[in-house]
Amino acid sequence: MYDVVIIGAGPAGLSAAIACREWDLHVLVLDEFPKPGGRLLGQLHQEPSGEWWNGIQETNLLLEKAQKYDTDIRCGVSAYHIEKLEHGYAIHTNQGSFETENLLLATGAAESAVPVPGWTLPGVMSIGAAQVMTNVHRVKVGQKGIVVGVNVLSAAIARELQLAGVELHSMALPASNPATVQHSNPNTVMDGLVRIAHLAPSAFLRFGSKFAKASWVRRLAVKFYPKGGVKMWGMPIHIRKAILSINGNDRVESVTMCRINADGEQIPGTEENITVDFVCIAGGLYPLTELAAVIGCPFRYMEELGGHVPIHSERMETPLKGVYVAGNITGIESAKVARAQGELAGLSIAADKLKAHADLQQHVEDAVKLVATTRADATIQFHPHITDGRHKMEQAFQQTKSS
Amino acid sequence: MSNHRIMDHPVLGKLEKTEEITFIFDGKSYTGFKGDTVASALLAHGIRQLRVQEESGNPRGIYCNIGHCFECRVTINHVEGVRSCMTPIEHNMVVESGRLQPVPFKSTEADKLPRTYAEFERGLHKEDDPHV
Repeated sequence: MYDVVIIGAGPAGLSAAIACREWDLHVLVLDEFPKPGGRLLGQLHQEPSGEWWNGIQETNLLLEKAQKYDTDIRCGVSAYHIEKLEHGYAIHTNQGSFETENLLLATGAAESAVPVPGWTLPGVMSIGAAQVMTNVHRVKVGQKGIVVGVNVLSAAIARELQLAGVELHSMALPASNPATVQHSNPNTVMDGLVRIAHLAPSAFLRFGSKFAKASWVRRLAVKFYPKGGVKMWGMPIHIRKAILSINGNDRVESVTMCRINADGEQIPGTEENITVDFVCIAGGLYPLTELAAVIGCPFRYMEELGGHVPIHSERMETPLKGVYVAGNITGIESAKVARAQGELAGLSIAADKLKAHADLQQHVEDAVKLVATTRADATIQFHPHITDGRHKMEQAFQQTKSS
Repeated sequence: MSNHRIMDHPVLGKLEKTEEITFIFDGKSYTGFKGDTVASALLAHGIRQLRVQEESGNPRGIYCNIGHCFECRVTINHVEGVRSCMTPIEHNMVVESGRLQPVPFKSTEADKLPRTYAEFERGLHKEDDPHV
């Protein structure tokens, strides 16, 4: 019987494992992907300081620490069911079952799909798929492509594709349909774009982003958005153009693009065909929570956190005894926040198990503060009201506990 | 090996060449690097189509590339429905693309069957139906 089984070897799972091993707990880390690191592996962007955030290097740092503490990390293991035992849990996987007293779910996030006609053609992929192919496997996803969906994640990954020498025609919105509501409205997209404008190297765009804090300025910016798009790293970002369809016989050959008005409605007669051999669809991220649902964790829907999230405390414990969560399963944030949450979760597990250690409680409190400062310092905010979401979640946990 | 590899990267540096691995896809031999998944090794050779939709025959390839969507499922060493994006290539691995399947269970009397429980209650089912 393990002290703790951690599901997910991303930044949250790995740092939790390190914290647990530092307190000499018997730990097993499981991950479905052939390599540890999770979505951190693919990340590559320049911080405002000019330094590069290199996900592979960051993963290696975590792995070195984990190895120093002789941590058991097993990849290629898919956890598909969790069963409640009398004194713990049984994790059922494709490599057999593992029994554990405590369980940490650090499963991360998945990408929301944005259906566009023609999206099942080979050559259409999620933006995250292109990121992994490019930075992890070092394979070009195509010669020239287009990104459908303009948001924090797609802008960052578009830049990564450029760095790897993959040409992008532009970024544009998906055409409005019942499945694309959020992503096809230029005003909503502009609100999101303003939050990443500070990442653009153009002084003009940074200048503009200060003004755009006022919503009436953003409305005007959408109304008078340039037809040629606003360029970020030399690549046009269109929020007044949408992709109507992806075309091709047995693979992507082109997309049909049209102009749209400020409300996202198609302007007739403006259709044009653009030759591309791949398309990346970017619908944003949502917490990957199935395993929490399987063991009966109560949930709350919180838009600020990116979707349905298992109820948890600021110490990363759920109302279920011995079940903890960390990373993007608790809400969509950067890898640095996930890493800090992982360490906190690991310390919470150790503190709850080794009750005699008084100083562990202090470590937990310090780790709670570290999560908050890491959040405040984040370069990329996936949601502007993330802190409100975190407060609401803490309230939800206290309510659940008292009821 | 192929022109789809990112050999030099301005930040990540040169691609560290690892052991070459030869595997079979639909009867043809391909090479990839150790650490490649079936999906990445095939895309490095420009192969996008991994299967056809079982009923319609429409072509499909990778979508999410991290194991969530199951769009890239193939047959590996005679095991069907394996995700090519999650499976590392191995020497002499035999990979077969997903094929069109017969649809023997498709009802030819779909419009005669009850669509709701209310319709079922109203006696649209046959008295001798063994499934009741």
